[in-house]
Amino acid sequence: MNRFDLTKRLVARLKDREAVIGGIGNTNFDLWASGQRPENFYMLGSMGLAAPIALGVALAQPGRRVFCLEGDGSLLMQLGALGTIAACAPRNLALVVFDNGMYQITGKQPTLTASTVDLVAMARGAGLAQSEWAADEAQFERLVERALAGPGPWLIGARVDGARPEGVTERDPARIRSRFMDAMKARP
Amino acid sequence: MTPAWPDVIVKVLKANEVRLVTYIPDNVLAPLIRSLHADRDFTVICPAREEEAAGIVAGAYLAGLRGITLMQTSGFATLPNVLASLIVPYQIPLLMLISERGTIGDHQLGQAIVCRTLRPVLQTLGIEHFAIERPEDVEFVTDRMIKQAFYTQAPAAMILSPLLTKRDAKPGSDG
Repeated sequence: MNRFDLTKRLVARLKDREAVIGGIGNTNFDLWASGQRPENFYMLGSMGLAAPIALGVALAQPGRRVFCLEGDGSLLMQLGALGTIAACAPRNLALVVFDNGMYQITGKQPTLTASTVDLVAMARGAGLAQSEWAADEAQFERLVERALAGPGPWLIGARVDGARPEGVTERDPARIRSRFMDAMKARP
Repeated sequence: MTPAWPDVIVKVLKANEVRLVTYIPDNVLAPLIRSLHADRDFTVICPAREEEAAGIVAGAYLAGLRGITLMQTSGFATLPNVLASLIVPYQIPLLMLISERGTIGDHQLGQAIVCRTLRPVLQTLGIEHFAIERPEDVEFVTDRMIKQAFYTQAPAAMILSPLLTKRDAKPGSDG
């Protein structure tokens, strides 16, 4: 599977001003390239914090669904967040992990998922019972539909290829913040 | 008599509509953490790391909920990357309440050395900070620092000095 293709499939299903937090690097570059929804938040640093930021958004607005898009390297940096999210159990939060088994942006060095680590198994171990690998694009879409319809928290894992991202996010933190905050004032 | 500092902080947080609290535990902060857990006005979360604690409060602010994160000095020392790449450039008014360890009678060399990094990091990043030393200053300083943080969309570090938190403690008690 391909990260940009899956991101487009996910975004196409968002009809209700869902918030999307894009993790550092290629994950948010592809989110940017999929169309600049005002409800998208793009991280430009703080590797690993997409899930905690998404949890904060989900806690602040229980009536809005929140998606966190994160890479394997980033999630590996902040595995405790899986336990925190499981313990808080926000019904409106879904994590999507794009696992390409590498630190793609820094020269394709292998991550731990290329050898021994299974992030979905770790998520289940952390208490996120609704965690699944998507075997293909069709299953990914079914898992997204399920996350949009039922009570979370959810985690969807997708093993993706090493293709380059389709764009580069505009790097203006103040604009990213104010656009996102304005969007969060509109009711879902 | 001046009320105990934890009670004052609870009052100030409520008055400023700060409803989300994330923390990594600390002995000095324990009475405040107990009060916050017992109070239905607050959502209180203890994540695994201070970085997470800061990220949760940042996300909540972006979506309209005010929060604060509590930590000790060594926890703050894990945060410079998050402050420099998320909180400061995105202009997020992250409130930090930091129990100051490693000075005025700490028994751990590691804590003492970590403590020396606290102010240089805050100064380098241009983050507003103030060490509260007297019980009678707690309300004035915390209330006004919280207000300034939200007025100016800038983080604030409220440091609880041992002069405030340790004077009534038994000699040698620490942690």
